[in-house]
Amino acid sequence: MFSTMKKMALATAVAAAPLMMATGASAEGEKYILVSHAPDSDSWWNTIKNGIALAGEQMNVEVEYRNPPTGDLADMARIIEQAAASGPNGIITTLADFDVLSGPIRAAVDQGINVIIMNSGTPEQVREVGALMFVGQPEYDAGFAAGLRAKGDGVGSFVCVNHVISNTVVAERCRGFADGLGVDLGDQMIDSGQDPAEIKNRVTAYLTANPETDAILTLGPTSADPTLLAVEEMGIAGDIYFGTFDLGDEIVKGIKSGVINWGIDQQPFLQAYLPVVVLTNYDRYGVLPGNNINSGPGFVTKDALGKVEEFAGEYR
Amino acid sequence: MSDGNVTSGVDERIKEQSRLRTALIRPELGGICGTIIVFALFLLFAGDSGMFNSQGVLNWSTVSAQFMIIAVGACLLMIAGEFDLSVGSMIGFAGMMIAIFSVTLGWPVWQAIIVTFILSVAIGGLNGFIVVRTGLPSFIVTLAFLFILRGFTIFLPQLIERKTIIGGIRDAAEGDWLAVVFGGKVLTGLFSWLGEAGMIATFERGTKKGMPVVDGIPMLIVWAIVLVIFGHILLTRTQFGNWVFASGGDAESARNSGVPVNRVKILMFMFTAFCACVFATCQVMEFGSAGADRGLLKEFEAIIAVVIGGALLTGGYGSVIGAALGALIFGVVQQGLFFAGVESSLFRVFLGLILLAAVILNTYIRRMITGER
Repeated sequence: MFSTMKKMALATAVAAAPLMMATGASAEGEKYILVSHAPDSDSWWNTIKNGIALAGEQMNVEVEYRNPPTGDLADMARIIEQAAASGPNGIITTLADFDVLSGPIRAAVDQGINVIIMNSGTPEQVREVGALMFVGQPEYDAGFAAGLRAKGDGVGSFVCVNHVISNTVVAERCRGFADGLGVDLGDQMIDSGQDPAEIKNRVTAYLTANPETDAILTLGPTSADPTLLAVEEMGIAGDIYFGTFDLGDEIVKGIKSGVINWGIDQQPFLQAYLPVVVLTNYDRYGVLPGNNINSGPGFVTKDALGKVEEFAGEYR
Repeated sequence: MSDGNVTSGVDERIKEQSRLRTALIRPELGGICGTIIVFALFLLFAGDSGMFNSQGVLNWSTVSAQFMIIAVGACLLMIAGEFDLSVGSMIGFAGMMIAIFSVTLGWPVWQAIIVTFILSVAIGGLNGFIVVRTGLPSFIVTLAFLFILRGFTIFLPQLIERKTIIGGIRDAAEGDWLAVVFGGKVLTGLFSWLGEAGMIATFERGTKKGMPVVDGIPMLIVWAIVLVIFGHILLTRTQFGNWVFASGGDAESARNSGVPVNRVKILMFMFTAFCACVFATCQVMEFGSAGADRGLLKEFEAIIAVVIGGALLTGGYGSVIGAALGALIFGVVQQGLFFAGVESSLFRVFLGLILLAAVILNTYIRRMITGER
């Protein structure tokens, strides 16, 4: 019996230690919570974490970042409900699936919490849930612009490497790109999964089976990094037209070496940073910009890489 | 043969134990201790963060209830000596089937739900049948179904609707009698009274101004409680419950003493699938859409809850109440860490630590009960 008691005491101490650590980190003032839909494994959201931390520091407010560990949107709905229950001044969240998330967001708004939608969502949906504004990149439009650009460069067919097949908003990029090219999307979008080795092998398999493919479109670093390896291994690096959404270390290197023709930067930093600034000023002084803020798209090519390279993966 | 023993009412073959010891030392003890510790800690560190107001309580109870629903099935199956790794995929699959039947095919929602339940339970039965017939470890067989079901969950909606999330179920379920059983709320009258009396928080603006933020107990929680009670009674008060223990403890000697081991195991696989389907239906009815990524890794969360609750991985030992407490601990910790403001990536670290502590504690308790060394 004695040893059991000891075990219990030990368990208590182990469980309590990080909790005490956490309470020490909280600050006075307004509190804003950012809820994302990204699983822990998605490295792109690191920029968001850094952006919101910097904004919290500069505006002298308390900020928190939360996400469903596996990327399950139903879990995300619970996190939004939880965030609302903890009574922050504002919530910044994505609207990755309107059906699932609109209820909890609407409830938070009705409770008197200001909400800004970032990253995913359409202006109509944002209005419908009662959020203050949308900060992000309209995905279809960005894909369409990229498609037009690729068409101008002589591209007629492509493969879209989609690593988040369950996110309908991200798939809009592929649809927009296809429409911009003026071709039918058809089977040109592949579900690559999240595992780098699997992504690489699926891209290799697709390009081997469809050697006529003109271009590759990847939807983020998760799919772009392994795809870079795939084209290098197949000996078509620099030969095949390669465009990608979002930036990261490897993508910047790829643009620099000419393997990637362009990267579309939706400037996630702004998506995390601006909502905190907007919410803080709205809470403190009652001022609010009059419209949604487009954080992208911006095409990053070989010519303009200085700052991008310096801060890739951190703030870019 | 003397009649002395009968009159005194004491059987000298049974070792005497104090009442306190019998009451305390039971499979659930680890779960009970854990629950007390976890609640004490969060009251201390997150007591004023909104975790224990009406909305906060509902939040972690809902999450715990989700775990409970799948943990009851996983617990009974584990006691019967088998695993089901396809629970998470089954959740995604069942949800998607309801969406396809009701939205794409336009069936009435009650029909979609019933057909999905039959389908899921049949797949559970198939799982069990393959395990029993081939003698393969259930770990491998259900791992295969983890991939098969997940694959279909992604493939079918893409084939039919060209997307991986099917929405619009809420509109389809409007006024449906069976949808309410999964997606409705009970005690709404009580909560609006509490809201009017100012005892719980109300909405400050919008169309629902003045109404309570928590307007009822979701059916999800009712299902969890009903399943836990059902599972507990089944396991501890019926002959079938003894068969479950016997099948998991030593299948061969159970067979020799006339327990229909194969039937018990297949039935438990079907019950696990049933629980997963309840989870899926509640989720789909609440959120109004089914997604291909729903239920990822839920099979492990179920197993973790069961193990925290004191069940033995090798079967033959465990308790449904323990599993329910395990689910409660899991849910409270997962949501409580957010309330306490802990960096969310540390969640997995906590989960691992709790699991480890629980297993060590439970091992000592089990040794005390069974007397093994």
